[in-house]
Amino acid sequence: MKPFKTLTSQAIPLPVENIDTDQIIPARFLKAIDKKGFGDNLFRDWRYHKDGQANQDFVLNNPRFSGAILVAGDNFGCGSSREHAAWAIKDYGFKVIISSFFADIFKGNALNNGLLPIQVTDEFLKSVLTHIESNPTSELTIDLEAQMLQTPIGYVNFEIDPYKRLCLINGYDDIEFLLSKKEEIQAFEFKLEK
Amino acid sequence: MGRTLFDKVWDAHVVDTIENGPQILYIDKHLIHEVTSPQAFNELEERNIPIARPDKIVATADHNTPTIDQHLPVKDALSRNQLKQLSENCKKNNITLYGLGHKYNGIVHVMSPELGITQPGMTIVCGDSHTSTHGAFGTIAFGIGTSQVAQVFASQCLLLKKPKSLRVSVNGKLKNGVLPKDVILYIISQIGTNAGTGYFCEYAGDVFENMSMEGRMTVCNMSIEMGARGGMIAPDETTFNYIKGREFAPKGKELDEKIAYWKTLPSDNDAVFDMEYNFDATDIEPMVTYGTNPGMGIKINGNIPKDDSDSFKKSLAYMGFTAGESLIDKPINYVFIGSCTNSRIEDFRVVAEYIKGKQKASNVNALIVPGSQQVAKQIHEEGLSEIFENSGFKLRQPGCSACLAMNDDKIPQGEYCVSTSNRNFEGRQGQGARTILASPLVAAATAIEGKIIDITKQLN
Repeated sequence: MKPFKTLTSQAIPLPVENIDTDQIIPARFLKAIDKKGFGDNLFRDWRYHKDGQANQDFVLNNPRFSGAILVAGDNFGCGSSREHAAWAIKDYGFKVIISSFFADIFKGNALNNGLLPIQVTDEFLKSVLTHIESNPTSELTIDLEAQMLQTPIGYVNFEIDPYKRLCLINGYDDIEFLLSKKEEIQAFEFKLEK
Repeated sequence: MGRTLFDKVWDAHVVDTIENGPQILYIDKHLIHEVTSPQAFNELEERNIPIARPDKIVATADHNTPTIDQHLPVKDALSRNQLKQLSENCKKNNITLYGLGHKYNGIVHVMSPELGITQPGMTIVCGDSHTSTHGAFGTIAFGIGTSQVAQVFASQCLLLKKPKSLRVSVNGKLKNGVLPKDVILYIISQIGTNAGTGYFCEYAGDVFENMSMEGRMTVCNMSIEMGARGGMIAPDETTFNYIKGREFAPKGKELDEKIAYWKTLPSDNDAVFDMEYNFDATDIEPMVTYGTNPGMGIKINGNIPKDDSDSFKKSLAYMGFTAGESLIDKPINYVFIGSCTNSRIEDFRVVAEYIKGKQKASNVNALIVPGSQQVAKQIHEEGLSEIFENSGFKLRQPGCSACLAMNDDKIPQGEYCVSTSNRNFEGRQGQGARTILASPLVAAATAIEGKIIDITKQLN
């Protein structure tokens, strides 16, 4: 995993609530056996019509908007545990998602892939969305060490699990950590199976 | 202070607590399937890490499998390759696999309980959000992402922060025709799709105490649809009786010892929950959903509520419904009875009892997909297959099928499907398909009438 410290980028607004992982990546695209290429089908059925033509009304097809930050409505990532959703968002080029609420499993999956979910208040989310929609070239800055999100309408501090923050900043993953605890795990196992 | 069922099982599995960080939780059973495991196997192989405890892993093929001609090679090349990968990965790593055609094959959350693999007090994970199903046994069971599948492969553990506790109590007597599916759809409609996020839920009260194990599985299955990672029900005599005699269940003296331990698991009387909800069983009616998340549910004879939010309007526009209207008499051309929520023998008995001697409506395409080979066998042994056939229902082979439409079992664009599955998301059952979630009884009645009817009129 690549370390994540700071990011400055334009943002793409997607003010829809309860975006589930079936919308992020529909099940019919889960047949791959590697992690690559899912970005092509990110938000597939919103992004493309059934005949494969791009839906010009969808924000990812709107040339006004670009950037590595996705700003989305409440309860983002609900539904299936498919990590393909996080892979698709990452593969498309996003590094940060801002929402007022994230579903549990999705949040974990995102963090495990170096994709940073930032939770802000409902009110702040609405203001940011409104601002970006009328000022698409505005930039947002994330400083993970300071846990700060700066926007043209003000800055906020965000919460993140301290352990996960350390992992992201250093590019560590949980497997390395768990393997370093092998002896304790085996001792526990021995006790459990006795 | 007393401890909850969740506390007792969780604490018994904590290997270590990281200062200012997560806990290391030991996993007793790891269930895997073809869709969310290949990348985890690859990752370990690339990093040259062996699988820590292959004996604690059980694999099945379910998500991406056809429900006809399972004895023939799978037609779709990508699906075939994914299934081949699973077989090869299991063989290479000495993992038990109940692949396509095996007598124990089935949907992971149907197969494991029916074989006695799922037992009270365990921690169970699977790369599938409906792993919460196993909580019906008083098990901590939850869905994980593929990175976590790799973590469990590597260490038999996960790094987790202990979730908060939530208790949903339902007391009283359920009305005629109100099934476990209605109970959970009702709960989600009342508290919303994210009320449980960050929590592990315990279902309590006499409604769950009086429910069969299969009913409890239906309820716990949909815990994730209210955002909770998992749901649990205290193990009791119903649980012990269900487990006794199953293939991989403990037997004899070992079983007696286990039962003695399992009896210590229910929440203490003075246990405190971070959040509580209480419902009255008599308020619950047969339910249907009208929108694109499982929280958008109403009583079958109720009206769609009014809401000015854009997301609500987008949802109704997708479904082709208008606020304020009733779903009664809406013509329905597709009915799907199956999925890890409702594909066990009791579900099919309910359907068979209702449709016996009746014919499905001519406009309806009614699909019955058993949860496992064992359930399929029971369907035949109990003579339900003839009833389905005589009524014009199509009985298929086991798998996840039209619940997520990864295989050919898709609902066409714009069509409504009354489905016993768990998710009514946009396109879940096929591009442009419109899903109405309901119980097996409501699904059966819809198939016979060709439209949604007020089933309560037949029941009372």
